[in-house]
Amino acid sequence: MLAPEPVRRRDGRTSLALAGAAILVAGLGLAGWAFTTDVVVTFVRMVLLAAGILLAITGLGRLFRGLLGRKVDVVFWLGMAWLVLVLGAALCAPLLPLGNHDDSVAGLTEPIFARPDLGSSHPFGTNNYGLDVLSRAVYGARTSILVALLAVLIGTVVGGLVGMVSGFVRGTTDRVVGILSNALLAVPPLILLIALGSVLEPSVRSIAFALSLLTIPSMVRLARANTITVAEREFVLAARALGAGRVRLLRREVLPNVVLPVLSLAVVMISVLVVAEASLSFLGIGIEQPEPTWGNMIAEGQSGVMEKHPFIVVVPGVCLFLTVFSFNLLGEKAQKRWDPRSAKL
Amino acid sequence: MMTPSDGPLLVVDDLHTVFHTPRGEVRAVDGVSFQVAAGETLGLVGESGSGKSVLGRTVMGLIATGPATTVSGQVLLDGRDVHALKPGQRRQLWGPEIGMVFQDPMTSLNPVKRVGTHLTETLRRHLHCSRKEATERAVDLLNQVGIPEPVRRLTQYPHELSGGMRQRVVIATALACDPRLLIADEPTTALDVTVQKQILDLLASLVSERTMAMILISHDLGAVAGRTDRVQVMYAGRTVEAGPTRTVFDSPDHPYTDALLASIPQLSDQPHTVLRTIEGNPPDMTRPPRGCRFGPRCGRADDTCTDLMPALVAVPDGPARQVACHHPLLSIESLEPNAPLTEAGHGR
Ligand SMILES: Nc1ncnc2c1ncn2[C@@H]1O[C@H](COP(=O)(O)OP(=O)(O)O)[C@@H](O)[C@H]1O
Ligand code: SF4
Ligand SMILES: [Mg+2]
Repeated sequence: MLAPEPVRRRDGRTSLALAGAAILVAGLGLAGWAFTTDVVVTFVRMVLLAAGILLAITGLGRLFRGLLGRKVDVVFWLGMAWLVLVLGAALCAPLLPLGNHDDSVAGLTEPIFARPDLGSSHPFGTNNYGLDVLSRAVYGARTSILVALLAVLIGTVVGGLVGMVSGFVRGTTDRVVGILSNALLAVPPLILLIALGSVLEPSVRSIAFALSLLTIPSMVRLARANTITVAEREFVLAARALGAGRVRLLRREVLPNVVLPVLSLAVVMISVLVVAEASLSFLGIGIEQPEPTWGNMIAEGQSGVMEKHPFIVVVPGVCLFLTVFSFNLLGEKAQKRWDPRSAKL
Repeated sequence: MMTPSDGPLLVVDDLHTVFHTPRGEVRAVDGVSFQVAAGETLGLVGESGSGKSVLGRTVMGLIATGPATTVSGQVLLDGRDVHALKPGQRRQLWGPEIGMVFQDPMTSLNPVKRVGTHLTETLRRHLHCSRKEATERAVDLLNQVGIPEPVRRLTQYPHELSGGMRQRVVIATALACDPRLLIADEPTTALDVTVQKQILDLLASLVSERTMAMILISHDLGAVAGRTDRVQVMYAGRTVEAGPTRTVFDSPDHPYTDALLASIPQLSDQPHTVLRTIEGNPPDMTRPPRGCRFGPRCGRADDTCTDLMPALVAVPDGPARQVACHHPLLSIESLEPNAPLTEAGHGR
């Protein structure tokens, strides 16, 4: 009775993998057809595309489950693959054989609003100025992600340090820091950004600085709360009883225990800031044209352009969506793993 | 640093530690005095909440004083007033002069630091030696505290070791700079019974090898018996009885000591003997009872006890015996068979 079981399960896995592969192919086929066809209207194409993608993801899940014999978080791994692709492309942009992304004079000789054609020299088409949309999406990734990473870096270092010190020394310092960070949290982020945008010149550095102000208060809070729990633990007292001074206690006992939860919040923050940077550029107070960012690329779809040439908005929009989604997946995983409440080191 | 002096290594004189909490004053240590000579071991015993840990930390100068916490009285280490030192100077004592072993080795080692790092950091800070020397010393220390394969242990993280091994590491760090006084605060309470004895014996042998002084804090009289020269029994922040361990355990003078001793399980007990415990609970430290603090739980209490706090005085029951009780169980009395008061003191 028990003996044939593994064999049956093996068969089950093979057929699961085969079914998965079939669904994957069907899904990809549907999505590909929906992406290229002219037969149906845009809205229906979008629905079919989404259905095709979902089908492909389902198929991929079954395929892996069949092949590996365990559940695989396909969406997470696809997200990570996307991040690798985008970060890789953004990092190597100058080395890639990409079209013209920001020279509008050279763009004069190119067709404008060329339709996406994967076989042509403008696979994702061109924009209003004849600039290559694929190239702009890649350079846009460079700017968008650079700004977000820079802002998160500033926010994490400054917010993390302030929060740690304030949670460690407590007293007046802590109260002042608390008031300041609450005050910063009380200002609606968009208003803060617009106010800063009108004061600062629209360079990567100053936008990153402005955006970092959004992350600092929550970083301070998280670092402070974690520091307070760590500082109460006995090993800190034990280190003090061995003659360690405050700086050493912070650096050697508190910091290593606070760094992981802080980092996992930082990953979540990246996605928030990618969106914030896009919003700023969309509103025209971020990075300025012709230098591309996903936000100002989406803004090119305003005043009727999107209706006629949807790819102008779809390309940066999809990039933005997938990137934010992927960073969120990563951040969620990181928090689950490193959150002090669930962490059992 | 090691100025030899004639007096005892540690003199604690009328020490008070008061926490000013929203619920009221907590007199966690309320007028405690004792002395420890070099090479001597003192046991501090009492139920949990009696102020032993706070006393240990106050002696070390680890309690941060401020508006919420006040310390008065004196702690003299080798003639130096620990609480009068500047914070930086006091820190110099921690490690080379006084070492401390904490209760729970699960929490007193940093989970993200390797065993070796715990040791070498301290060594390098205090002895200013090179990384290589520090590592050699660390291996040596782990050897001394009975950890097998010390070289391999250096690179392990605390969670890779058992509780007993971890406590050995904690002891090794406390001993790293050869302190002259070791304060061990319930060093075995968090450990398995079988490991407890090993750790206590290890401490006792390390102390005698190094002619170090030790204060062994425990709620368990069994841990202190046979391993300390003298014992001091604490109740609600005060000393109720003090004296040479042997004589105190043989003939306790204070009803509380007597009750504590009666609640130790004896090997000679029949299996499943009901353990005798002391009735009632330790007092709420924000509102201690009037007069003798043990009064509400004491079978010998009378009106004098509720009116008057008994002072710690010498009793003629033996050399160096002290007790704080209006009606101590002096040997003369305890010789009477079935003395009703003794019976009551044992609890039911
Ligand atoms: N930081 C503090 N603030 C207020 N009360 C405290 C503080 N630390 C200890 N106490 C109180 O002091 C008393 C003695 O505590 P402790 O020394 O830990 O007892 P023991 O070590 O004997 O179990 C307890 O009643 C405890 O609640
Ligand atoms: S006899 Fe009186 S003084 Fe002695 S312990 Fe009992 S209550 Fe306290
Ligand atoms: Mg304690």
